[in-house]
Amino acid sequence: MPSLKERLNLDQVKRNVLDSQVWRSMFRHGYEDTPRNRVLMVVDNLWLHLHPTKIRRHAIRIRFTWCMGGVTFLLFLYLVVTGVVLMFYYRPVGEYAYADIKYLEFDAPFGMFMRNMHRWAAHAMVIAVWLHMLRVFMTGSYKPPREFNWVIGVLLLTLTLLLSFTGYLLPWDQLAIWAVTVGTNMARATPLLGYEGPFAEMVGVTPRFDARSALLGGTIVGPPTLLRFYVLHCIVVPLIAAILMMVHFWRIRKDGGISGPL
Amino acid sequence: MAKEDRVVGSADEMAKTSWERVNDKVHVWPYLTRLEFMCAIIITIFLVVWSIVIDAPLEEPANPSVTPNPSKAPWYFLGLQELLVYFDPWMAGVVLPTLIIVGLMAIPFIDVNPKGNGYYTFHERRFAIFTFLFGFLVLWVWMVVQGTFLRGPGWNFFMPWEYWDPHKVVALTNVDLPYMLGFRSYWSQAAAGTVMIVLWYATIPAYYIWRRERMKNVGLVRYLIKASLNMTMMGIVAKMVLRIGLNVKYVLVTPWFNI
Repeated sequence: MPSLKERLNLDQVKRNVLDSQVWRSMFRHGYEDTPRNRVLMVVDNLWLHLHPTKIRRHAIRIRFTWCMGGVTFLLFLYLVVTGVVLMFYYRPVGEYAYADIKYLEFDAPFGMFMRNMHRWAAHAMVIAVWLHMLRVFMTGSYKPPREFNWVIGVLLLTLTLLLSFTGYLLPWDQLAIWAVTVGTNMARATPLLGYEGPFAEMVGVTPRFDARSALLGGTIVGPPTLLRFYVLHCIVVPLIAAILMMVHFWRIRKDGGISGPL
Repeated sequence: MAKEDRVVGSADEMAKTSWERVNDKVHVWPYLTRLEFMCAIIITIFLVVWSIVIDAPLEEPANPSVTPNPSKAPWYFLGLQELLVYFDPWMAGVVLPTLIIVGLMAIPFIDVNPKGNGYYTFHERRFAIFTFLFGFLVLWVWMVVQGTFLRGPGWNFFMPWEYWDPHKVVALTNVDLPYMLGFRSYWSQAAAGTVMIVLWYATIPAYYIWRRERMKNVGLVRYLIKASLNMTMMGIVAKMVLRIGLNVKYVLVTPWFNI
């Protein structure tokens, strides 16, 4: 009587699965360590094909890259995932917003954890993006031919701060509205466009119709502001950031890959 | 030393020809992907542990009629809030942030030094690195740290061991710089302020004329943008020194705006 293992012949099962039409339609090749396969691993994979197939030796050194651009992108992905979960529970309405956060914290499964992940990843992303900029500056990687990608990077840095700032209002607690009040009060001092700014009387802007009220949807940080910041935070800014990220990553390749001594 | 461990910019590395340097390559799979994977795992563990151990803050429900003291912007904007001590909101909140963004975007176009492209070096680009690190570490990171930990009620300055007393009284004895220098009438003060600002920026053409031989490869337009951004950044420092050291409120007072 052959044993169960012998009768099953796992190797044969594995071979049958790997050679099946279904499996091979999804995965074109295995993990053989051949130069050809190493190249295919990158070019045959949607997620990995952002990379070149070969890269200059110094570029894989953590001491050179600090890995901070990648960490920023990873944190962005975490923020998208946790942010979508939070959106299931959260209504950007003056009456509900704070209560929804409380519900999220005390009743929703893993609600507190998701909120914590979202908050801390957001803070970490701001720091990571600064460190990425510092690294790119210190290696002179903004120099020709990569000038324009630096410009895109500065825009992405600005968008990261805007994403963090618009999200800051959404818990609708004291910390949120007063931080955003302090931040947006600046807008009323905009030259020409803010009612307390220089030369405002020449343009004729009023507290109700000026740069700040356009941002807030009113004269104070109120429920209309909450809705505006929610839409900016969940749709407008992430979309622009995603588009600029595509340009940023594409340009790295088109500008000759990661920088290095020539 | 293993081949992979050669330090970028080391004598060994730089002794190679350009062709050798650019074509010394390794496969992305597995050498880069495994690193990215490890990085992602470490960051994930760090983030998960942090999120389990420390809860995100949630205060009382929003109440427009109760203003907390101090009211602080999100921590990454505290450098800008700190500028409000030294400048009016139109400068601190609008003009200077715009100049920071524009100035950062301008860096690749105003730094014409071809050296230091793609490797760490200090001695080949001293001025660029000094300027950037001064702006980044002193005017941004330090201001954020100070705004977070050392600014208490009323935006008053407190040492770390001091109690944040909401009733702390600090005498506001600031006067305008032209007044301090003896100008008493309104228009003479405005004129004196204008002269001081003009003199500050007059260093730009003066330096250009003094170093015109050196400036040939920089170009006039590029130099003007570069020098204006630099003098504005140093102007922030000058105003901070005047404010903290001499209790100066404004340098220039006009009917429309004050600086």
